[in-house]
Amino acid sequence: MAVKHAELAEKFIADEPRTNWHDETLWFVREKRDKAAHGLPEWEQLREWGSQIKNNTLSNLSNYLKEFEEKATANGIKVHWASDAQEHNEIIHKIIQKHGIQKIVKSKSMLTEECHLNEFLQHKGIEVVDTDLGERIVQFRKEPPSHIVLPAIHLKKEDVSATFHEHLQTEKGNNDPQYLTEAARQHLRNKFVESQLAITGVNFAIAETGGFVVCTNEGNADMGAHTAPVHIACMGFEKLIPKAAHLSVFLRLLARSATGQPITTYSSHFNKPRSNQEMHLVIVDNGRSKQLGREDFRNSLKCIRCAACFNTCPVYRRSGGHSYHTAVAGPIGSILNPNLDMKANADLPFASTLCGSCTNVCPVKINIHEQLWKWRQVIVAEGYVATSKKISMLGMRFVFSNPKIYRLIGKTGRGIMHLFPFMINNKLNVWFKQREMPEAPKDSFRDWYLKNRKN
Amino acid sequence: MSARENILKAIAMNQPKLAELPVIDIGSTIHYEDSYAQFRTVLESIGGKVELISDLTVLKDQLISDRLNGKFVVNTIETLGEVDQKAAFLSAFELEKVEKGYVQGTVGVAENGAVWIYESQMINRLVPFICQHLILVIEKKNIVDNLHQAYEKIDVSKEGFGVFIAGPSKTADIEQSLVIGAHGARSATIYVIE
Repeated sequence: MAVKHAELAEKFIADEPRTNWHDETLWFVREKRDKAAHGLPEWEQLREWGSQIKNNTLSNLSNYLKEFEEKATANGIKVHWASDAQEHNEIIHKIIQKHGIQKIVKSKSMLTEECHLNEFLQHKGIEVVDTDLGERIVQFRKEPPSHIVLPAIHLKKEDVSATFHEHLQTEKGNNDPQYLTEAARQHLRNKFVESQLAITGVNFAIAETGGFVVCTNEGNADMGAHTAPVHIACMGFEKLIPKAAHLSVFLRLLARSATGQPITTYSSHFNKPRSNQEMHLVIVDNGRSKQLGREDFRNSLKCIRCAACFNTCPVYRRSGGHSYHTAVAGPIGSILNPNLDMKANADLPFASTLCGSCTNVCPVKINIHEQLWKWRQVIVAEGYVATSKKISMLGMRFVFSNPKIYRLIGKTGRGIMHLFPFMINNKLNVWFKQREMPEAPKDSFRDWYLKNRKN
Repeated sequence: MSARENILKAIAMNQPKLAELPVIDIGSTIHYEDSYAQFRTVLESIGGKVELISDLTVLKDQLISDRLNGKFVVNTIETLGEVDQKAAFLSAFELEKVEKGYVQGTVGVAENGAVWIYESQMINRLVPFICQHLILVIEKKNIVDNLHQAYEKIDVSKEGFGVFIAGPSKTADIEQSLVIGAHGARSATIYVIE
């Protein structure tokens, strides 16, 4: 394994006040989600509908996709299919070449992050301007987003101020979010009005109509898509839903789960290109059809990318998005990424306490924590865990299946903790890091029970 | 085989057995005693402004005075005054200077403060997004309780484009501090005609 979540998290938590700020800020977003959810008496019913619609979609996906393609094509949208990230990037590159396009604006699309589109185009000498404020900030800093909804949540306003001072010549030391946002507005409006190509993601694609919906708060997807003569929308095939009426269920769930808003400011429904505009839609597989075939993991494809599971996760909140070293971090990322590359992402399902909070807040009822646990078993069976972990697990299996040895070790351990605490409370013991060790009880529960039962 | 065939074949092979679609009982979803009051409360909580008016006089006067004062406005509502058909042919570069956009909405949604706008009501798709200040006009009787009812009243595929807009453009990407006026309109005022 090249990078491990624990090692990267260690870097993140080195700054304790910042870690605490990150933790509290995301918890605050989680609380806003709770308030929004509790405001609707039918919330649980909505989750159930969302879950069932997605179950139906996955079970009839090949037909829905054909229906969608047919309708979208009839609407004048050019539909492309990409088996993997490479094909996705090449399709987009070809369109850019055909038109000799130089000015490109892109709104938030986790799929293009997953496919590393920006880097691909950069190697060809083509620059893409990310237009979501958070994404523009991290793009200036040459960092990936650390959160799928709040891309710059790992940064403080002082960081943004320094970045904007360097790239947008804002006043040094002016940390006012209002001032900084205004600077980005001016900068990006100039980019929008001269754009020749707008790339957007897709939140929902509707089989029945051949149209698709893009949601933003800033309006950046629309500013680009309605200006540029060419619009390319990119979607993983799981973004499909059967009918337009189902949008009501998902739009009610999405923003409430994501940020606690009742709906995003803009929910844009694209059906046809405007006159003289070219509209392309790239449908991407990139491992998704394989995931669909994994019975235990297929329903991870129901995800609508709200990030509620990020905000509630005690591990994500305290380790930051970059420690997940993938485009989609957090609990959902930890069940999606092992499918893409099991070896490189073998650490992720272990970056969890299995507390189950992710599952409880998921608007489409994905059993995230159960899948994390199941991935661990697959990863161990495939031999992708560190030898030290494997050996210690084998050791534990031996101990737990031999009661006499278990009791002996327990007794010895308690003795050591009483007599020689320094043997436990030292740097070599990873459980001692940032933690006080508990006081060892005199007796084990078994000893206590045997003694007390006699009374 | 093409990527298309490969993908569709893999999906057909791997998809689980058919699961039924749920029946969505709209009767069981939220209703408000006063849907206008709810609409107003929600919109104000997300940075929008709501004005209840009995007729269009106020707006007509506003439009006249905007034009007299040389403000660059785009009006797309026939009942308000002269419609700026030329907006259809203006470039983004030109529209970027639009101070105010007057746009008619079809349906308002009480639960989230959103207003549905068809492409034909915008003249140019950019207008409601690129203008500095957005004026939306809806009729009170067209405010529904929730999004399910809204989708029953509109036909999303009737035109090439349509949008739900809920308040002004905003962002909280810098330290979660809410800032109104990200890329789109800096303000959104919704006039509700009684």
